[in-house]
Amino acid sequence: MIKEDWGFQTGLPEAASSYAPNIDWLMNVLHVVMIGIFVVWGVYFIYCLVAYRARDGHTGTYHQTGEKASFIPDGLILAFEMWLILAFGIPIWASVKQSTPPPSESNNIHVIAQQFAWNIHYPGPDGKFGRRDVKLVSASNSIGLDESDPASKDDIVTINQMSVPLGKPTILQMTSKDVIHDFWVSNFRNKQDVVPGLNTNLWFEPTKTGKFEIACAQLCGLGHTQMVGNVFVKTPEEFDEWQKSQVAEKAGTASAAGAVAPSENRS
Amino acid sequence: MSTQVAETSTGISHAKLGIWTFLASEIMLFGGLVSAYVILRSGSAHMAIPPREMMGVPLATFNTFALITSSVTMVLALAAIKVNDMKRFARFIGMTIGGGILFLCIKSYEYNHKWHEGITLSSNLFGSFYYTLTGLHVIHVIGGILLLLYILVTGLNGAYDAHNHERVEAAGLYWHFVDLVWVILFPILYLL
Amino acid sequence: MDTHGHGHDAGHGHGEPTSFWRKYVFSVDHKVIGIQYLITSFLFLLVGFGMMMLMRYQLAWPSPPDDFDPEKMSLVRSTIAKIFGDKMEYGFMRPDFYNQLGAMHGTIMIFLGVVPLGVAAFGNYVLPLQIGAPDMAFPRLNMMSYWVYLVGGIVMMSSYFAPDGFPQSGWTSYAPLSIVAPPGQTVWCIAMVIIITSSLLGSINFIVTTLNMRAKGMTLGRMPVFVWAQLVTAVLLLLAFPVLEAGALLQLLDRVAGTSFYIPKDMMYGSTVFPAAGGGNPILWQHLFWFLAHPEVYVLLLPAMGIVAEIIATNTRKPLFGYREIVGSMVLIGILSFVVWAHHMFLSGMRTSLANLFVTTTLTISVPSVAVLTCLLLSLRGGAIRFNTPMLFALAFLPMFGIGGLTGLPLGFAPTDLHLHDTYYVIGHFHYVVAPGSLAALMGATYYWYPKMFGRKMNETLGKIHFWMTIVPMNFIFFPMLFQGMWGMDRRLADPTLQWHNLPVQGWSVIMLFAACVLLLGQIPFLWNFFWSLRHGEIAGENPWNATTLEWACPSPPPHGNFVTPPEVHRGPYEYSVPGHKTDYWPQDEAA
Ligand code: HEM
Ligand SMILES: [Cu+2]
Ligand SMILES: [Cu+2]
Repeated sequence: MIKEDWGFQTGLPEAASSYAPNIDWLMNVLHVVMIGIFVVWGVYFIYCLVAYRARDGHTGTYHQTGEKASFIPDGLILAFEMWLILAFGIPIWASVKQSTPPPSESNNIHVIAQQFAWNIHYPGPDGKFGRRDVKLVSASNSIGLDESDPASKDDIVTINQMSVPLGKPTILQMTSKDVIHDFWVSNFRNKQDVVPGLNTNLWFEPTKTGKFEIACAQLCGLGHTQMVGNVFVKTPEEFDEWQKSQVAEKAGTASAAGAVAPSENRS
Repeated sequence: MSTQVAETSTGISHAKLGIWTFLASEIMLFGGLVSAYVILRSGSAHMAIPPREMMGVPLATFNTFALITSSVTMVLALAAIKVNDMKRFARFIGMTIGGGILFLCIKSYEYNHKWHEGITLSSNLFGSFYYTLTGLHVIHVIGGILLLLYILVTGLNGAYDAHNHERVEAAGLYWHFVDLVWVILFPILYLL
Repeated sequence: MDTHGHGHDAGHGHGEPTSFWRKYVFSVDHKVIGIQYLITSFLFLLVGFGMMMLMRYQLAWPSPPDDFDPEKMSLVRSTIAKIFGDKMEYGFMRPDFYNQLGAMHGTIMIFLGVVPLGVAAFGNYVLPLQIGAPDMAFPRLNMMSYWVYLVGGIVMMSSYFAPDGFPQSGWTSYAPLSIVAPPGQTVWCIAMVIIITSSLLGSINFIVTTLNMRAKGMTLGRMPVFVWAQLVTAVLLLLAFPVLEAGALLQLLDRVAGTSFYIPKDMMYGSTVFPAAGGGNPILWQHLFWFLAHPEVYVLLLPAMGIVAEIIATNTRKPLFGYREIVGSMVLIGILSFVVWAHHMFLSGMRTSLANLFVTTTLTISVPSVAVLTCLLLSLRGGAIRFNTPMLFALAFLPMFGIGGLTGLPLGFAPTDLHLHDTYYVIGHFHYVVAPGSLAALMGATYYWYPKMFGRKMNETLGKIHFWMTIVPMNFIFFPMLFQGMWGMDRRLADPTLQWHNLPVQGWSVIMLFAACVLLLGQIPFLWNFFWSLRHGEIAGENPWNATTLEWACPSPPPHGNFVTPPEVHRGPYEYSVPGHKTDYWPQDEAA
């Protein structure tokens, strides 16, 4: 009835990006505060239910006093929340979403989402992305890469599998071919809608090597659940190795079939 | 009906309070659409605006004039019923209806013309907004004309007099609103 | 648009209709209309609940195990497989069917279930009574809004028969998915426009009635909290719904008339470019939608708060704590709810700097919510608390709404929302507010006002069984959602086990299914009680709870025109245990 790999976890999954600890910290603080407030309320609530239950000889009291005092907890909560916003909310948000590490010192990737796959476009060793054109989109060229552009020569396109190096930020510039998707890796604590007709960005700096799952977090149709992929965080050496082998492979098969259509490659 | 005024808690008749609340929601309806238009107009790179000659500004200006005039005659109709002058009342309501019908005639000529010039509902974003916004307004004008016809018929049957004209007032408020919507649509669609 | 033709019957009160049709079907009496709304919305809630049961079954065991043998299916699975035919495969849902049920569950529960129940059913029945009015200001408009609502609901359900069935883009219907979706979505847009029209007619009526038809002496400051809640709700509906109407209209045109309000340039559809001029903006839909839908969540909440305030005041036998603070907070919530909508859109691609603004407004709005809760909690102090069924539901509302509101905090903080957005945490959050919160309050309201509606009380024992079998399983359904979301499990997944990172929280889904089954069983005593008590319940009399507000000052059920003599109000709504008064309650209309 419950398969052996199904579990009953209650916390946050492993953190694997540079800003994840900040977010987790805020998450934990908020939950401690929430539980605290709830327990205080709850104890008072139960006390009232017991102490003021109707019973023989006990009547309600007609008092209208102390009303102003109830503004004190309201004020305290407001002040506390504003402090949290100013001290943590705005700065963390700014560091994750409103600023991006310098592209020249980062690993740059374009993500082109479609129903129901993630196309991942690397600039290759030259660091330049080839031109894309919607008119060139075909079964074998799912992102419409213009191979006549010299910058395209060493570009790598993969489907659903993203490799990134450790120790360096990765910047994703994302767009969608069709409907809205959402790029989401729970271990990085970050997600971002991927919108047709718009470029959105997401950056992360991995802190652990390994395999992390990419999921689509925005309902995008019947294959939404299966729109998954993996981020492989590799050591810089492994990453270079991988990049070289990809470029070599592309050169080898350039005249042959090229990339496989996503629908056939999905599993 | 007239006695109600005294009976309500606020002293304002149900009809009047009702029409004001209704207009508040109408403002939000047109407000939503107009802000959508403004947002895309300033934000989209693909909203090609047709040249002003194609929009036929003089004709639309005349149309604006027709509608404003009908608002004036509406005010005069209300003033007439307030002094029990049925003849003037009927004449001005009739003129108001006439103004509305004139507006619709010119509008349908305009639609026809634009459609043949290639500005259609689906030709581009501007066309889509043009027909949606003005189309919704036209529906409101038609509704207003029907309302005024009702007022005219019941009025001729003696439903209103100097003390009892809440519905005329409510209909008037609605008609002024319809007029006001056009006064906003005209510059943002034709002149900007 | 037509306010004419209604005015004259506003001041009626004479001539009760005699024919069956006029009296029970096409009635203009606010009480009959309220009961029509009550029954219809409970039916829709049941339909939505049934869809939820199917979804929970799917989520507990989303795909066949390796040793699955179609010949040896369990009875449940084989029955489901038979009923739904090719929408399922051996009783496992196809993803498009899951999406259909998801979209319809949300749409039905919100627009056809909870809002009509909280606003239209109880609002219609109770509000005119509480202000001492003979009826609504525009009775025929009132009747029309019920029938328009019913038509809207039927149209919505009829989308089942469209090619590819129900709409399947979620209750939020995000463009452009909703633009390229199968025809069921067109039906959704049309049905929404109809339902919105009904709501608008209703809210105009509520506002005018509340402002204009108060009995002598019923000043604004003496109105019961429930009336205030309905007034604020009506204003929210009046101002927020038209914006969604505009949005739905644009979506409809995008779908059927080739416009491209929400379709960007060069959008692809499968392997071809979508046939539209393009240039539109998908995020525009989200702004228009959430501009409605955030106020809408308070439409779900405010009537419930009002109900809880009434029940608590009556059953603690003492005045509410902070009447003015509660009312003020509700008004403030109403105003602020118009400036928080984009907290649903932190990650939508809108300008990231806007997030800080909306974080601030969102956390500001949590303060009046907390204030109402605190006042209700402090109202218990010094009471003589009676634990009858309505009171149990009202009391349960407090901690349940507490959890719902508190879980709003990490969602309202943009940095933590990065992790929680679009996960089950959000689902847990709003279900806590809406299900064991609002819906529990509405069930309490049913027990509380039933004697007024039908002249008899509902059975207390069955009521208490219903209460425990509702609140306990609900917690076993909704609390694990918070765990699943915290672990990063997305919402709207037909088969979460296809994503390996979800497996460590998948076990919870099995528990949630069992809890949902208990919840289902728990509703049987309620339904039985409802119908059984019509004939056999204890006779209630005019004022079974010894309450003070005006609805208890007329016969149960009230006759056509409500009050035998127009009531006159002498004091505030919650004068309980007034020292020196002969009884522990002092009705608003009792002469001094
Ligand atoms: C008390 C303060 C509250 C706060 C701070 C709050 C905050 C939020 C936030 C930030 C979200 C968006 C989460 C996301 O999508 O990432 C959200 C979602 C939601 N909230 Fe609340 N909320 C509060 C109260 C309520 C109430 C009272 C209700 C309803 C009665 C409610 C119903 C909802 C619903 C239905 C959604 C999800 C909509 C969807 O995406 O389908 N919330 N809330
Ligand atoms: Cu998706
Ligand atoms: Cu919200």
